Amino acid sequence: CWGKQNLKSLLKLIVIALTPAAARDEFQEELVIRPLHSGDIYASFQFRTLWDTDFLQEGQKVSHYRLFPKSLGQVLSKFSVRELHISFTQGFWRTMQWGQPFIPSPPGAELWVWFHDTVSDVDGNWKELTNVLSGIFCASLNFIDLTNTVQPSASFKPLGLGNATDHRFLRYATLPREIVCTENLTPWKKLLPCGSKAGLAVLMKSEKLFHSSFHSQAVHIRPICQDEQCSSKAWELRQTLNVVFDLHTSGQGKKEWSLFKMFSRTLTEACPLASSSKVYVDITDNPELFELSPATPLLGQAVVLGDRRTYSVYDLSRAETFGQLRSFNLLLRWKGDSDMLRPLLHAERYVAGFGLQTGEIHTVIYNNHPYRAFPVLLMDSVPWYLQLYIHTLTVTSKSRDNKPSYIHYQPAKDRHRPHLLEMLIQLPPHSMTEVTVQFERALLKWTEYTPDPNHGFYVGSSVVSALVPSMVAMRTNFTQDQPLFSSFVPVKEESSYFVRVYTEPLLVNLPTPDFSMPYNVICLTCTVVAVGYGSFYNLLTRTFQVDEPSPPLSKRLANLIRRMRGVPLLT
Amino acid sequence: MAAPLTLLLIVAVTIRAVLFRSSWAELISERVEVVSPLNAWKRVVEGLALLDLGVSPYSGDVFHEVSLSLIHFLFKSILGSDGITAVALYLSIQTYNKNVFRKQKYALESDRYPADCLELLRSPKEMFYIPLKVAMFYLLNPFTILSCVAKSTCGLNNAIIALFILCTLKGSALLSGILLALATYQSIYPLTLFAPALLFFLQRLYIPVNLRRSSFWFFTLQYAFIYVGSLVVITGLSFFLLGSWDFIPSVYGFIFSVPDLTPNIGLFWYFFAEMFEHFRLFFICVFQINVFFYTIPLSIKLKEHPVFLIFMQIAIISIFKSYPTVGDVALYMAFLPAWSHLYRFLRNIFLVSCVLLACSALFPVLWHLWIYAGSANSNFYYAITLLFNFGQILLVSDYFYAYLRREHHLTHGLYLKKKDGTEATLVLK
Repeated sequence: CWGKQNLKSLLKLIVIALTPAAARDEFQEELVIRPLHSGDIYASFQFRTLWDTDFLQEGQKVSHYRLFPKSLGQVLSKFSVRELHISFTQGFWRTMQWGQPFIPSPPGAELWVWFHDTVSDVDGNWKELTNVLSGIFCASLNFIDLTNTVQPSASFKPLGLGNATDHRFLRYATLPREIVCTENLTPWKKLLPCGSKAGLAVLMKSEKLFHSSFHSQAVHIRPICQDEQCSSKAWELRQTLNVVFDLHTSGQGKKEWSLFKMFSRTLTEACPLASSSKVYVDITDNPELFELSPATPLLGQAVVLGDRRTYSVYDLSRAETFGQLRSFNLLLRWKGDSDMLRPLLHAERYVAGFGLQTGEIHTVIYNNHPYRAFPVLLMDSVPWYLQLYIHTLTVTSKSRDNKPSYIHYQPAKDRHRPHLLEMLIQLPPHSMTEVTVQFERALLKWTEYTPDPNHGFYVGSSVVSALVPSMVAMRTNFTQDQPLFSSFVPVKEESSYFVRVYTEPLLVNLPTPDFSMPYNVICLTCTVVAVGYGSFYNLLTRTFQVDEPSPPLSKRLANLIRRMRGVPLLT
Repeated sequence: MAAPLTLLLIVAVTIRAVLFRSSWAELISERVEVVSPLNAWKRVVEGLALLDLGVSPYSGDVFHEVSLSLIHFLFKSILGSDGITAVALYLSIQTYNKNVFRKQKYALESDRYPADCLELLRSPKEMFYIPLKVAMFYLLNPFTILSCVAKSTCGLNNAIIALFILCTLKGSALLSGILLALATYQSIYPLTLFAPALLFFLQRLYIPVNLRRSSFWFFTLQYAFIYVGSLVVITGLSFFLLGSWDFIPSVYGFIFSVPDLTPNIGLFWYFFAEMFEHFRLFFICVFQINVFFYTIPLSIKLKEHPVFLIFMQIAIISIFKSYPTVGDVALYMAFLPAWSHLYRFLRNIFLVSCVLLACSALFPVLWHLWIYAGSANSNFYYAITLLFNFGQILLVSDYFYAYLRREHHLTHGLYLKKKDGTEATLVLK
């Protein structure tokens, strides 16, 4: 009997010894449901794969992929990418009504990448990377080129490990016009280890997900420390999907939400490859706000976005969560109304002015903290065809001039690169700060307009990044068992937390030439030039002569015959 | 004659000051007919602001002035540049009239004119008020007033060209070369004024324009040396001012390759907005050659009349340059009173003046309809541009015709007869 046991363990040892040391990888998934005060509901999925390997190591090519998707791993090693963040968003996050999201993203597509120091041609790598990602995600990221790429100097510091802050290796681009649809969701789901077959990903049905006020799917890849002393590093891949279901369009006006109503599916099992699979429901405002069933004894607390929130935790790796029906469905029924905590930082942007010649971009930033002032970093990337005049830049807070302490401005070069304006502005407490800058609209060549030129041209969202004072002490100590949604942004100090707010994208009309006219214009202009040429040619090459009338035809013929005969001519 | 000139200057300054203080100044400095990407004051302020921020003004595509313009005090002189131009034009036309009268006297004494063209000769009485009229035409021209109120650097360019004309007519080759180099440095097109200036000096020094004579080459090389030398020195100074050669592609590359298609009163913008990409380079070359290529033929035809050649060249530059403004038009229009004796030979003057007046009135209307009201489109503004340039071409060629015709009459007689004794008509054959 023990002989057999020994044989089994011996075999196991041999097997372990003979297999090459596979890098350890780990997969976690979670879903956070946060009821919003307007009756809408916010669901945030996060899928994290941690992998102990080194893509950027010279010589050693990584070839054994298990949980980490191979397509992304190959992209990372081929283009020497240190950090990659890509998001596809449909809709605009309404901060004043919904609070701060866990992972902010601007409307359209956004891509920002930190390359490794060893890259010699960053622009070439960037161009190839955007094309490869465009293929992986079925999105038109190939529209990203040098005319809409910027290198922010301060706004997009690495979120993972990285001491190098040379912004020559950073590229940021956004496509506000990009539309997100099922075609983008499907390849995104394919990157997950369990696909959409098991675990939380079964809830992602496109009909329901895209029938929402806000839908954002993102992929974030970065190197992180595995422990407190950072003795070993690992690659972290986070796939996040944030969706806000509207009370009236998805909820039919009834303030009652369930997993089935939101996603038209219920959960049946956790992903077998996941080491943890949990569902969190934000019950901080309970029991006055809503009633939650099935009840669960598991409670968790997390400090996220400067606030201590309480969550009901449902652990899907335990069989009893699914109950007798082998399916898990949450039910939230609203009981009352309450006020939402006002978000401390909020920004808006709009275009002022009339006509197609000039305009003004106004960015309004609100600091809703009652007594603390804090600085924010505002980054604006404006396309080259809106010529900004930086001498008209004014920053006013509480109707007084507020001079930014740091301005980094890179003017645009026509058809080569866009404007980049980064400013560090100190926001006074409980105030509204307005940043205005004038611009002129350019007339483009007729081939540079989109097929629907009167729709207008999009200007990407402004990014407002700030360390907002926190009401609750943030946790800076590194623990692996924090829920995923609270460990996305590294926390450096206890008294503040990092917030990034995206403003609305702008839609600006440009003057258009008449597109049916190229041939006519060429003819008419060349006619005028030819009239000038002709007049000058006549006056330069001809001389004045007295106009002698020419004899009639009969006389000329007669003269011709007389000449031949040798007889004197007629006069 | 100083008193009427002073009075004129005071009136001109008053008008400009009044407009400057009113709310119209803001409106005028935004008008595309008056300012262009090359000479807008807004862009100069932007360039200075960029310099304050520590960024080179040429790193973006906003500032297209030459580096020396960044010197502040040069810009204070924009407001006085109109006065300088007017006084320079006054003095140069005065000198020119004296020259013309002297030559006419010698020709009369040597009996070179046919008997019946005495009525074509000019009298001092008629020529007395011409310099004042020239100054008036420049100062009180609405185009000039608009250009000055908008603080366009075109005024500065006009002043340099006017000073160049004055120095040439006074006979100072050194100053003339330096000023021409300054004008070329600011916008390349005054390069074509080298030929008339050279012809004037050769005429003045009684050096015949014969390519085989060494005296001709000697003087030409001297003048060319002064001109090219000053150009090199000025360009070198700009390099040292900002420490880089960035300004060359930003200014001269910009003038030649026309990347900015902001509407103006010229022919280039809509043409290149609607151009097929394949032919763009070809047509850029054609249009730019078009400006320079009338120089040699005109110099050959008008080698005895260099001042009229200067007028023709300035007119051709104003019409065919890549970013014209009304300030450029005003400069050659100031010369028109100097040729008032040609009035009887002008054929289309009524048509031309109506066309130019109508177009000047329609420019703001159609711009408003396109850009603000949205009820017209770019074709309307383009049509008026075409008509305006057509009117200008007609004006210039009409004066050219009249000038050549008068010269013909002065050599062949005014009342010409055909072989059978009846009155003849003159045609160009």
